[in-house]
Amino acid sequence: MGEDSDESFTKRLREAERRAGQLEEGQKVSVVDKEEQSLPALALRAGTEMISALVVGVAAGWGLDRWFHTRAIFLIIFALLGGSAGVLNVWRLVKPPEQ
Amino acid sequence: MAGGSSIDVLGQFELRPVLGGLGEALRFSQSPLYMILAACLVLAFLYFGMRPAAVVPGRFQAAAEVCYEFIRSMAVDTIGPEGAAFFPFIFTLFFFILAGNYIGLLPFSFTFTSHIAVTLALAVMVFLLTVIVSLRAQGFRFFAHFMPAGASMYLAPLLIPIEILSFLSRPVSLSIRLFANMVAGHVMFDIFASFVIMLAGFGVVGDVFAIGPIAINMALVALELLVGVLQAYVFAILTCIYLREAVAH
Repeated sequence: MGEDSDESFTKRLREAERRAGQLEEGQKVSVVDKEEQSLPALALRAGTEMISALVVGVAAGWGLDRWFHTRAIFLIIFALLGGSAGVLNVWRLVKPPEQ
Repeated sequence: MAGGSSIDVLGQFELRPVLGGLGEALRFSQSPLYMILAACLVLAFLYFGMRPAAVVPGRFQAAAEVCYEFIRSMAVDTIGPEGAAFFPFIFTLFFFILAGNYIGLLPFSFTFTSHIAVTLALAVMVFLLTVIVSLRAQGFRFFAHFMPAGASMYLAPLLIPIEILSFLSRPVSLSIRLFANMVAGHVMFDIFASFVIMLAGFGVVGDVFAIGPIAINMALVALELLVGVLQAYVFAILTCIYLREAVAH
């Protein structure tokens, strides 16, 4: 009896997880994904990833401008590159796992 | 911290000299004091937990062993067999942050993880470690990771800077995540606590309605207990993931 109900519970849990789209068949869930499945947590993480890349880009551009005594050319280039790196970070976060 | 009708939510993060004249002379603020306290707490927990060294562990020893096993399996499962070498570092990192987050939840205490200087220092330490480990494990092939495989050579001037910036943004995002979570939690505590004081000024009706913010604050304490352990865990697991990439050939 005990074992039976255990098995049926596991089966129903699997079913429910599959319906909710949380568990693909035969796909291993990574540890981080499991912890950060909630939408606000993911949104916060995506936000920080994007902001931090932009911060690094702007800081690098500003530093290079100071170093070479140019006015804002590196800042403009690196702000754009930093924004792109932020999008890349977010894509790495949300992209479907590789087969 | 919030007095009267004005809400001063950031006052709780201010650094002040502690320990009287000696602290004043040394510029010794709450932040290092609570860091020392956190380190001592973790050490005491492990020392007194493991002192019996019984074959059948008591409660305290069982708790210490669970912590050890948890971090060890996380390090070895994520990084691979080489993870055992990094286990002490990750253990220290996880429990230092966890102790900092939890000590900060006690009334009248200070959360040192709510300062970007602290979290950035931790993240930069992790970042430098991963770079050194990468260079030792992979040599100059490490730099090949900055060019995505299969991309056209004409795109290299664009792709390589983006990859480098993406790589450099790791410590920044690692530190901002912990810092922002801690600051947000403590600011919310302060806001709802000051609502209680404001409502108390409206007589009996205010007293009744003040139950609302108190209930929210109690729920927030539960949420912060979760956030505290989750952020320490995320910091540790991301360190593991970066180290796995570093030791991979």
